[in-house]
Amino acid sequence: MAQIAAEAPWYRRWLPLVGVGLIVLYCLVPFYWMVVSAFRRPSDQFDNSIIPKRWSIENFTDVFQPGTGFGRALLNSLIVAGTVTILTLIVGMVAAYTLARLDFKFKNLVLAIIITTSMFPGISLVIPLKKLFSDIEWINTYQAMIVPSLSFALPLAVWNLTAFFRQMPRELEQAAMVDGCTPAQAFRKVIIPLAAPGVFTTAIITFIAAWNEFLIAVSMVNRKDISTANVLIASFTGTSGRDQPFGSQMAAGVVVTIPLVIAVLIFQRRIVAGLTAGGVK
Amino acid sequence: MSESASAVEPTPGKNVRRTSFNEGTGRLAALLLSPTLIVLLLVIGYPIISALRESLYTSGGIGDDGFVIEGTRFVGLDNFAAIFSGETGDRFWNAFYNTTFFTVTCVVLETLLGVLMAMVMHKAFKGRAIVRASILIPWAIPTVVSALLWKWMFQADGIANAVLGTQILWSTEGWQSVLSVIVADTWKTAPFIGLLVLAGLQTIPDEVYEAAKVDGASPWKTFTRITLPLVKPALLVAVLFRILDTLRIFDLPYVLVGPNKESVETLSILAFLEANQTRYGPAAAYATLLFVYIVVVAYVFVRLLGADVIGDARASKPKKNGKSKDNQLPPGTAAATASGSLAAGGGGL
Repeated sequence: MAQIAAEAPWYRRWLPLVGVGLIVLYCLVPFYWMVVSAFRRPSDQFDNSIIPKRWSIENFTDVFQPGTGFGRALLNSLIVAGTVTILTLIVGMVAAYTLARLDFKFKNLVLAIIITTSMFPGISLVIPLKKLFSDIEWINTYQAMIVPSLSFALPLAVWNLTAFFRQMPRELEQAAMVDGCTPAQAFRKVIIPLAAPGVFTTAIITFIAAWNEFLIAVSMVNRKDISTANVLIASFTGTSGRDQPFGSQMAAGVVVTIPLVIAVLIFQRRIVAGLTAGGVK
Repeated sequence: MSESASAVEPTPGKNVRRTSFNEGTGRLAALLLSPTLIVLLLVIGYPIISALRESLYTSGGIGDDGFVIEGTRFVGLDNFAAIFSGETGDRFWNAFYNTTFFTVTCVVLETLLGVLMAMVMHKAFKGRAIVRASILIPWAIPTVVSALLWKWMFQADGIANAVLGTQILWSTEGWQSVLSVIVADTWKTAPFIGLLVLAGLQTIPDEVYEAAKVDGASPWKTFTRITLPLVKPALLVAVLFRILDTLRIFDLPYVLVGPNKESVETLSILAFLEANQTRYGPAAAYATLLFVYIVVVAYVFVRLLGADVIGDARASKPKKNGKSKDNQLPPGTAAATASGSLAAGGGGL
């Protein structure tokens, strides 16, 4: 008996650690491979050594050559994702506060509508909008990418913000109103500053979702100078599979991903809280 | 609240007053919700209706007299009839099969892996910060970038073949390209399911496990009788969202393998390619069919398994005496089980 009791903690201590190690490897190995491939010299791109023999930033300088338009594409991505995030937060915050605080008849219906809209397939929205946008000459404009993106960003933001607002005690506004604030003032002066972390988290999650969007961006735009980074990287593809410039694609992938990875590392605790509170992607 | 008075003496007059009270709040709520609802109506409601209408029309093409037809023509259900017949029919059913196959395979794999990951993370006391950080990285990488990343690893002389010691041409038609898409999708989203399930696991109080231990339950029995039922609500919602997300899969096969590849062509890709040729009628018909398919799957899933999608939001709503009014939900979302909101929201206990 004593022996078993002594042995049980041994594997109980180590097994989870091994499991954690496996999960970390699972998540990071492909990412590591992208980074390492980006830092190889183009001449030994197909070298499969785990650590490059020679490190080089040639792939990165290639990506930012004036002809590629990658810098411009990054700016386009920033404009589209940034605008989507700001619009979504402005519109969504009011709705989320209403859903979290007011009791009204069709509240569950509204919640159900908002959650349902986030399940609609992007393609069924893109096709009619593409036709509409070509009629009103919106193709190759920023708004052609921004407006359809609201379809997934807004439900996501409202859902997240509702969860955050609900966690705040009602006494906060009541105290503010006792002190003479109107409900609108209580919202502006008490709730918004206190909800800032939640709003900020929602902003990050929305921004990441908008930054990662591909279907809308590839459907609404066919001019290189207005394409987002995702679309441009995918179209780096050479004429045949063989001469696909994988080195520059990996470098571009690293450039597109690194801001998100840094944000994730800094705000991981908040993002996890936001994702699980929202219960949605 | 005033409801208690009306409950004591439910006269018609009191009922009228209560309704008017609700209407006042309702009007304010309607005002505050209108921007969101209007935006959703414009970017989702309008396109859905418009796609339905569009699918009944045709544009372009060659008429009976041999001239190119200008403008659009009403063709009724011709677009749908064309989809189900002949060569386009084969293409449609192939895309339908691929979409379904990806969804079933990926979601099953991701759920199994995700639950396993969540169990490991729940047991681990060391290294939680690093595991949480690394689990978010596949989620944060844009799907397009992860598609290119896997395409690079699945290159003919890439790392996958080197590690496996094989000479497989992964991006060619056949099972290998299907497998590459499944691997890439599972890699990206299994950790995410793990994260959601972990949140569910953390709401289960330790006392429950202690009680099971005292009763002499085996680890397997503890897992099937306690853990699974208690994380079921969180898990069901995560799985439902993954199913709906995989049914509209586009980026991954499109970038990883490429367009016009029979083995990995999904309904989204098919509709996209049609729209790219400005054949909006058939494109809209494909998109509408995909939409209907997704609605049916979601409905069946919620009905059969009782996934409580809005459980968390409803849980904190104070119960009023008019209970039936609280359930004014479209059928499908209201299938709440008694334990519906237990784990879905986190912190319910």
